[in-house]
Formats: sequence, structure tokens, C-alpha cells
Amino acid sequence: MTPLQGCLLLSALLFAVGFAGAVSRRNAILALIGIELMLNAANLNFIAFWRYGEHGGGTGGLMFVVFAIAVAAAEAAVGLALIIALYRHLKTANLDEVKGLKG
Amino acid sequence: MSPVFIILALVTFMAAAAAMTLRHLVHCALAMAVSFVGLAAIYLQLNAQFVGFAQVLVYVGAVAILIVFAILLTRSGEVSNDSIVAPGWVWGVGMAVVIFAVIGWAVLNSPGLPVEAAEAPEVTVRQIGNDLMTRYVVPLEVVGCLLTAALIGAVVIALRDREGEP
Amino acid sequence: MLETLDQIFVSMKHWAVGLFPDMLQPLVSGALSVAAIIGVFGALFAVTTIFERKGLGRIQNRPGPNRVGPGGFLQFLPDGIKALIKEDFVPQAADKVVHFLAPVVFLIPVLLAYAVLPVGRNMSAVDFDAGILFFFAAGASTELAVFMAGWSSRNKYSLLGALRAIAQMISYEIPLILASVTVIMMVGSLNLNAIVQAQEGYHWVLPRWFVLTPWGFAGFFLFFIAAMAESNRSPFDLPEAESELVAGYFTEYSGFKFALFFIAEYFGMFAVSGLAITLFLGGWNAPLSFLTWVPSYVWFFVKLISLIFLFIWVRGTVPRLRMDQLMNFAWKFMLPMALINIVAAAVWHYMGGGWTRWLVCTLLVVGPYVMLGQALLEHKQVSRRTYRFAD
Repeated sequence: MTPLQGCLLLSALLFAVGFAGAVSRRNAILALIGIELMLNAANLNFIAFWRYGEHGGGTGGLMFVVFAIAVAAAEAAVGLALIIALYRHLKTANLDEVKGLKG
Repeated sequence: MSPVFIILALVTFMAAAAAMTLRHLVHCALAMAVSFVGLAAIYLQLNAQFVGFAQVLVYVGAVAILIVFAILLTRSGEVSNDSIVAPGWVWGVGMAVVIFAVIGWAVLNSPGLPVEAAEAPEVTVRQIGNDLMTRYVVPLEVVGCLLTAALIGAVVIALRDREGEP
Repeated sequence: MLETLDQIFVSMKHWAVGLFPDMLQPLVSGALSVAAIIGVFGALFAVTTIFERKGLGRIQNRPGPNRVGPGGFLQFLPDGIKALIKEDFVPQAADKVVHFLAPVVFLIPVLLAYAVLPVGRNMSAVDFDAGILFFFAAGASTELAVFMAGWSSRNKYSLLGALRAIAQMISYEIPLILASVTVIMMVGSLNLNAIVQAQEGYHWVLPRWFVLTPWGFAGFFLFFIAAMAESNRSPFDLPEAESELVAGYFTEYSGFKFALFFIAEYFGMFAVSGLAITLFLGGWNAPLSFLTWVPSYVWFFVKLISLIFLFIWVRGTVPRLRMDQLMNFAWKFMLPMALINIVAAAVWHYMGGGWTRWLVCTLLVVGPYVMLGQALLEHKQVSRRTYRFAD
């Protein structure tokens, strides 16, 4: 197994773990943590290809990750604000108890 | 595959798995932070210093803190005896296994991947800065707008409802 | 001769590392750097605790510790022994693992931050291209440790103290970073050694430190105030306000774990002072051109001790802020001033030489300072306080 394949496998593993958690845990915050893990798995792929792939000295992969980190931070802030608003409204952060669209 | 990478990969994976399976939410958040630190260390191994430090600064310094605050504010930190998984979780885990199997098969059998490791690219912070201000200046501005919008949006959403309103 | 004296520690390390086989050399070099950092700053910690207690005593008209050793200057020895042999007490309801890990997680990033500080010519443990980012990343990791300590204790005071501490650290981290951005813009590098080198050289006898420019002066004070808040020092010590929260997030810690928090707090103070020295006070450069013969590390530590003295002086004389005052100060005063300061630095850069840029930049910093101050104090009744003494 080459180093690149090692990185890609780790990233696939992280993605799968994040996905499993995001869809099967009850708490909304854990779903968010799962999404963050999936994003990070993608970031690892960018870095791995930037390091081992044909790059020609460019910074493309790094840039993508820098922007992805910024977007992930924004996503976490808005997502958690939504969860807190949801909790205020329904007194629960469990996703399967949030069924109706009407307030 | 250096031993350092294997150790870091194991730590990252174990922490991620713990973050998704532990019962107590605060423990999950802390395990997530460990997993992000492990990833940052892997970035350092891959010569991406700037990104590694930015990862620690943003994820451990900001996102993890946000998450633990949200856990405290929604009282999710109190352990209940209910099941921690949603009904139908078997399907979710099954899908995850399928995803991993497909990606893993593709990674191990893909003919297009470079076989031997390329020269380690040397990218200085100065180069990153120059690129941010020239080639990637539009994405930079867009991210700036996005962050501002997210900042205002998060505050507006999480504001307490005024009295009289539902 | 002077050259050798300046580089004596560097050459000693090279000689020591040379004694080992090639394979072990990076390891030995790292271990030596770590040992030097822990030894030197540990000794500084011991001296500072006694220095602080004596200094506070002076300020408050009392002698301070004066029993152990000459003039009480060996007080840190019994204090250390006491901390080591005290009973280590863990509350029954506490989350044992997290409770145990918190002080360790607090201390490690603080120690890591020292790796990039240049304490003398060629004397930084690691020369990272993104050194200052490393420093801030390490500093940001301590916030999680504070949360771990406060949450795992299962104590309301601890949790409140931790939440206060985190809110304060996050709020003041922004002006801290924005204040250092000016220097990064000027130097064009995140490398701390490059920042020190940019401040080398003299105009006549005066040094070219950034603190001697209008934006650098404002930046230094913003940085110093934010640093005080980051290291939870009085007047920003709300997280551990004795009268309100017992001892804040480490209320439930005793024995050596408490000592670890104590050490980490002081080490954090030294580290952030070291960064202030590197960014604004010329690092290890001599203050006047005819003093360059003194070894570089001496200057670093002289500056460090002066800054520590400033910390102690402020602690002894300024009353503690209220929580809302603290937050208002961070967001309504520090943040706008730091942003304006960045503009001032940019103007300074593009106006070239000449005295006009001094005038414009000074106005750019002083004008908003006066206006902000007046706007913030408008609705407050500030009058001369009348003291009532017990006579």
C-alpha cells in the first residue's frame, strides 16, 4: 500500500464513521459532529492528493482546504444556532422528536 | 506508510469512532477534538504546515468550544436512559459500511493513482498569501461574505424570541 | 569573544548533539531544547511567584513573605513541597478521566508555544515558517482544557468559572490576533525569527522596534491588554474571582493538579509576554546601539522580567472589572481600535518616508481613541470618587 492509498483509506474510514454517526444518532449535535467528520475526511483527500499527486508546485489543494475550513466554521456556527433555536422551541434536541414543520 | 502515519491514523480513527459511539455528549465532543488534532498532525506529516495549524486554531479553538457550549445550552449533557440511536439505525450503519467498502475497493484497485511518492512540495506561507490575494481573490471575498452572513445569521437565529411572539 | 558569549548556548548544544550517533541527533537536539526551556522558564516561574508576592506586599504596604531564606526569597521551596505532598482530592461525582486529563491538556499546549519563541540570536527551538500561527493554535487549545476542568468537576462554581473564562478568552483572542496582524503585514512573514530580524538596526542610537511607531505603540498596548485577559490576570481575573466563584474552574483541584494549573497560568503569561517582546519590543535586540555587546538572550530576559513587573504592578493597582464591562470593553473598544490600527499600519506602509506619515498615523490612532472613549462614556456618570477612610 502506498502512502497515498493509506491517506485515502483513512479518509474513507473517517467519512464512513461520520456518515454512520450523522444518520443514526438521535441527538442533533452529534449529527453535526458527524458532518464535520465527513468534511474533514474530504479535506484529508485534498491534502493527500496535493502532496502525492501531480501538482506542479501549485497551492490548489491547500487553498481548497483553507476555504473548506472557513466554510465548515460558518456551517458549525449556523447549525448550532439552529439547534439552540430548536431546543428553545420544542425543548428537545433529539432529531426523531422533531416531526412537524408547523411551529 | 511510515509508522508515524499509522499511529496517527489509528488515533484519529479511534477518536472519530469514539465521538460517534460514546453515550455522553461532552465526551463525544472531546473525542472529536482529539480526532481533529490527529488530523492536523497528519497534515503536518504531509508537509501542509499552514493548514495543520489553521485546523487546530479553527476546530479545537472554535468549533469544539461552540459544540460544547451548544451541548450545555440544550441540556444534552445529561445522560438519559433512552436509546442513543435513532430507530432504523441499522440502515444507516449498513449504508456507511457499503460506502467504505466501495471507496476502499476503488482506492485499492484504481490504476490511475501515482505509485511512488512524489517530491515533497515546498509551499511557503508567503506563496499561500500571494495566491490568496491574486488567483483566489474571488473565493476569498466570497468566504468573507459567507462568514459575515453566518455571523449575523447565527446571532439572529439564536436570539431569544421577544415576548408576545410565539 | 563577545560573539562566542552571545552564541555560547548554541555552540554548547551543537557540541553536545555531536557526541551522539547520527540517528539519535534530532532526538537529542529536541530533548536538549525542551530541557532548556523547562529548566529556564521553570526557574523563572519560581522566582516570579516570590517576586509577585513581595511586590504585591510592597504595593499594599505589608512586608509579604519574609521568613524562609534571605528576605523570604526561598518561599517557593516550601510552597512547592506543600503542593507535592498535599492530598490529591477528587470529588465523588466528578468525571474521573476528564478531571485527571484537564491539567495535563492545559499545560502541554502552553509548553508547546515556547518552541517557536526566539529567546536569543539563533535560539529558537523550532523555526516554523508559520510560527505565529503555531503559537496562536497552541494558545487556542487551552480553552478546551479550561472547559474540561470546569465541566468535569460537577460543581456550579467550576462550571461558571469555566464558561466565564472561555467567553473571556475567545473575546480577547480576536484583538490579540488583530493587534499582531499589523506586525505581520509590515514584516510580510509569519516567522518569528524574521519578525525579530526586521527590527534590527538603529536610527542614530534609537532602535527600530515597532513599538516606536504610532501603529506599533497602539498595537503593543492592545496586545498587552488582551494578553492580560488571555492569561486571566487581574484586572481580568473574573474566571477565578475569589469573592464570587471560590476559585473558578480549578475550585475542585488540589495538590499537584492545582499546582499544574498554577504553573500553566504563569507559563502562559511568560509565553504571551515573550510574543509581545518578539512582535513589538524588538525580540532579543539591544535597546540602544552602543549596548549591542551584551548577549542577545540577556536582553530577551531583561525585557521579559520588565513585562512581568508590569503585570504585577497592574495586578496590585487596578480593581477587577465586572463581567459586562469586560465584554463591552473587548467588543466595543478593543476590536474597533485593533481594526483601525490595521488601517493605520497600512497607511504607514504606503506613505513612504518623511514626517507626514508620523502625523497622519498618529492622528489615525489618537482620533478614534478619543472619539470611542467619549462615545462609550457618554451615558455614564463618571465623577471623582470620594473615598471614605476609617479614621
